[in-house]
Amino acid sequence: MSGSPAAELPGTADRAAPGPVHHKGPGPAPSGWLDPRGRGLGGRTFALHRITGIALLVYLYVHLGVLSMLLIGRSAWGDFLSVVTAKGFLAFDVVLMFGLLFHAFNGIRVALVGSGVAVSHQRALFWAATVIGAPLLVYAALHVFGGT
Amino acid sequence: MSDPETETRMLRVYRFKRGDGGEHFDEFEVPTGPRTTVLDALRWIQLNRDPSLAVRHSCLHASCGTCGVQVDGHEELACVCAMRDQGQEVTVEPLANLPILTDLVVDMDEFFARFPDEHPIIRRSEGEYVRLEDCIECGLCLSACPVAATSRHYVGPAALVAAQRLLEEPRGADCEAVVDWADRPEAAWGCHVGLECTRACPADAIPAERIMALRHRLTLDGKDGGS
Repeated sequence: MSGSPAAELPGTADRAAPGPVHHKGPGPAPSGWLDPRGRGLGGRTFALHRITGIALLVYLYVHLGVLSMLLIGRSAWGDFLSVVTAKGFLAFDVVLMFGLLFHAFNGIRVALVGSGVAVSHQRALFWAATVIGAPLLVYAALHVFGGT
Repeated sequence: MSDPETETRMLRVYRFKRGDGGEHFDEFEVPTGPRTTVLDALRWIQLNRDPSLAVRHSCLHASCGTCGVQVDGHEELACVCAMRDQGQEVTVEPLANLPILTDLVVDMDEFFARFPDEHPIIRRSEGEYVRLEDCIECGLCLSACPVAATSRHYVGPAALVAAQRLLEEPRGADCEAVVDWADRPEAAWGCHVGLECTRACPADAIPAERIMALRHRLTLDGKDGGS
């Protein structure tokens, strides 16, 4: 017999290759943080914080883009306002307010927990933020829809 | 006559063998009783259905930390995870964020590679790792961590907890060097307070709380992650 016996075995190179890294999540590797399975309050608020953060960033640029319509002229801006003040579209404002309030209040909670100040109170801080934020969201929704 | 307390459940088990093509799930109907654990069910499959199923385990009582898997997406030690607490269909997968060697067995080298070689955060004895107090080095925290799912450079909860544990009780260790190691964006400052590590930890090592204590110390020391 000549040569290395191991080299003659079929699939040797495949068996020597490193295996895949298993990830949580519905999609490619970075989506693992989105997977709600097995997550507790901390993990879910983490995911929602990241989602609202990304959404607010996107909104910021969309907002700046929309404001640039003022450069086009008064009629273009008027047409745009008639669209965004429709009842159906105003619901997006409520969603935006939810994102703002959640990100702001959860940000305070994360800062307090993350700096080691209130680590054992993370759940209480979440509910405190909810108690403060929910009425603000309701007030904002009423205001947006002209109820106040 | 069949045992009235025995019921059949479906186990969906992740499979991967190097050189045998891609990943897939195999389904097995497994008889389970009131005391059957997920590890019992996996061993039943090995003995009665498919001896090629690879599962790592040792102590059978949540002490060694070798049988960590995901059960329906939850990080669990299979040896103490009761089947009766699961649904009729149970999905068993390997831990996340670590390379898979085969089936449910992950390569723990990458887990320990996150501990710095230059600082003895895990104290060694004649070249072998010695356990920290509480932590059983099972890797469940790393699998559960949403930040580790996003960045492979994040050192993960276990290494940070080991650093904090050493700072709590230095025994002559070079604390400044450990603090400098922890004071990096991919170390203590990489944690985004998902707190899933504490939920997943089967040994009550409270990783999240210890990471926050570490950050508190870094903050008081005026450290800012090098920014």
